[in-house]
Amino acid sequence: MKKLFLALSVIISFGLVANALAQVPERSDIRIVVVSHGAASDPFWSVVVNGVDQAAADMGVNVEYRAPDTFDMPRMAQLIDAAVASNPDGLIVSIPDADALGDSIRAAVEAGIPVMSMNSGSDVFKDLGVLRHVGQTEYEAGFGAGQRMAAKGVQNGLCVNHEVGNVALDLRCQGFEDGLGEGASVDVLAVSTDPTEIRNAVLAAFSANANLEGVLAVGPVGGEPTIAALEENGQLGEIELGFFDLSPTILQTLADGNAAFAIDQQQYLQGYLPVAMLTLYIQYGLLPGSEVVLTGPGFVTPDNAAQVVELSAQGIR
Amino acid sequence: MATIDRSADERIREVGILRKLLSRPELGAVSGAILVFIFFAIVAANRGFLSFRGVSSWLEVSAQLGILAIGASLLMIGGEFDLSIGSMIAAAGMAMAIPVAVYGWPFWLAILLAFAFALFVGYINGMIVNRTRLPSFIVTLAFLFILRGLTIGFTRLITGRTQVSGLKPAAEGDWLAVIFRGDIFGLPVSIYWWLGLAVLTTWILTRTQFGNWVFGVGGDANAARNTGVPVERVRIILFMGTAVAATIFAALQVIDLGSADVNRGQLKEFEAIIAAVIGGCLLTGGYGSVVGAVFGALIFGMVQQGIFFTGVNTDWFKVFLGLMLLIAVLFNNFIRKRATEAK
Repeated sequence: MKKLFLALSVIISFGLVANALAQVPERSDIRIVVVSHGAASDPFWSVVVNGVDQAAADMGVNVEYRAPDTFDMPRMAQLIDAAVASNPDGLIVSIPDADALGDSIRAAVEAGIPVMSMNSGSDVFKDLGVLRHVGQTEYEAGFGAGQRMAAKGVQNGLCVNHEVGNVALDLRCQGFEDGLGEGASVDVLAVSTDPTEIRNAVLAAFSANANLEGVLAVGPVGGEPTIAALEENGQLGEIELGFFDLSPTILQTLADGNAAFAIDQQQYLQGYLPVAMLTLYIQYGLLPGSEVVLTGPGFVTPDNAAQVVELSAQGIR
Repeated sequence: MATIDRSADERIREVGILRKLLSRPELGAVSGAILVFIFFAIVAANRGFLSFRGVSSWLEVSAQLGILAIGASLLMIGGEFDLSIGSMIAAAGMAMAIPVAVYGWPFWLAILLAFAFALFVGYINGMIVNRTRLPSFIVTLAFLFILRGLTIGFTRLITGRTQVSGLKPAAEGDWLAVIFRGDIFGLPVSIYWWLGLAVLTTWILTRTQFGNWVFGVGGDANAARNTGVPVERVRIILFMGTAVAATIFAALQVIDLGSADVNRGQLKEFEAIIAAVIGGCLLTGGYGSVVGAVFGALIFGMVQQGIFFTGVNTDWFKVFLGLMLLIAVLFNNFIRKRATEAK
């Protein structure tokens, strides 16, 4: 009788434990979909994807990365719709255009899928029911860039924008102009993503306006051809040069002392952190206290460029 | 020999219904679409491809492309191309968005402005092709750049930005905007536009004099002119048709999403032509059907959206897209050959 009771209690307690475990999903069963506006072939976004992949490996969860081929908001909304229809355990999105993507993101929230945002969307994510945002605030980062250039005496600036249509980049240029201060002027150069076209557009801008003293490229796609253009003009090192985001070429230019600064938003974290945070949320319901987790801006200058060079070559910065 | 054996005249020979079906240009696209559907139904059914939300998602993509493909296929049957469709989408979107957002116009007036602008662009395209007899490929390629440049230029000049948003409140309650937004029976309104336009243009193409003219102009413009077809006018109307299709596409996206940006519609001109070609239109003109283009768009939309339901790593996405399209077209071609040889 006693033995039977013992056996029963063992079975029951096993059952209870198994039951408790069943409520926490296995990590290998968790499937998270990331939908961003940047193709994995973009040098900036490939670092984000590296962060996503590393987090997926570290957490032991399944992650799928999706992005439209060009900057195409309706297409991105359709990708989010498809992701929602596939019923994932968690969804991570970037929000460059809240109007265009809002309905799709809300539909995900209403379907009971936990959603986090990264990169763009710090000002709108809360209204859409997104849990947390991981990124940097764009206008302030551009403003900081303007202030740094103003301190070096720049009054006439050029803002090289390779992704017209993305509000985040418009805000960087806007912040840059405001950061330069009263009376300063900024020309916005809207370019494609083709390096030759960008280089020649920058050359043309300089021949059209000889007063330009500073250039801000709002991404490496526009930044590297800008370096090439200044080099061709023999003005590398004379013109104050600032960048958003890092690439090996940009870092080398900084290390050589030919540029003033690069604003690093440490986008590896924008891929890594949301995956890690969502995994813990899905498993245990844990969320960090701050609603926006800032990954930047950090300024990389000629002083600290060397140490960042190696990590950039590895696709981590 | 006063009597003629009537059954020897092949024009009035009785043709079986099956053979009639087999010789239709759209048959290949229809069977291709079925093939693609079966593939994804097997591979991705348990991941939401067949769920209501999933079906609505790939139907919407197909529908929006399909609207463009209908315009493009009519023009291709008429023997011309329009590469300015994609840029027209962005231009029409801004022609709608800027008056509403910046100048406070009611939405219906802005929509009418955009359509008027589309008719004008179509007219200019058609007129230049008529007057110069340059290949429409080149003329409309020029407008691909001109329209995109005008869109970026005017948008930045007027708004200082590259994106105009916050249009949803203005669209709500507007009597004309209402037909471009929302769902009917749970399906996005673009699907109904797609089907409605397909029926309308199929009727025009197969049942009206104008439809005959289109085939005539595309087959042999000189012969058509000699028999009294107003070739120039037909071309201009067809170019207006593609621009209007692009504007319908723009209206659906701008009003539904509530924002417009200068990058909308990139590469859509090629997708529309691809859909029309998958659907059996010849690149040389004079042959094809709207129904084929509709199914061509369905194949493209199913492949494009369906891949995301399979969970394939997106690094390999384009390989997969290309292969699926190639297989669909090869299958389409195979069926069509079998059908035409069977005569």
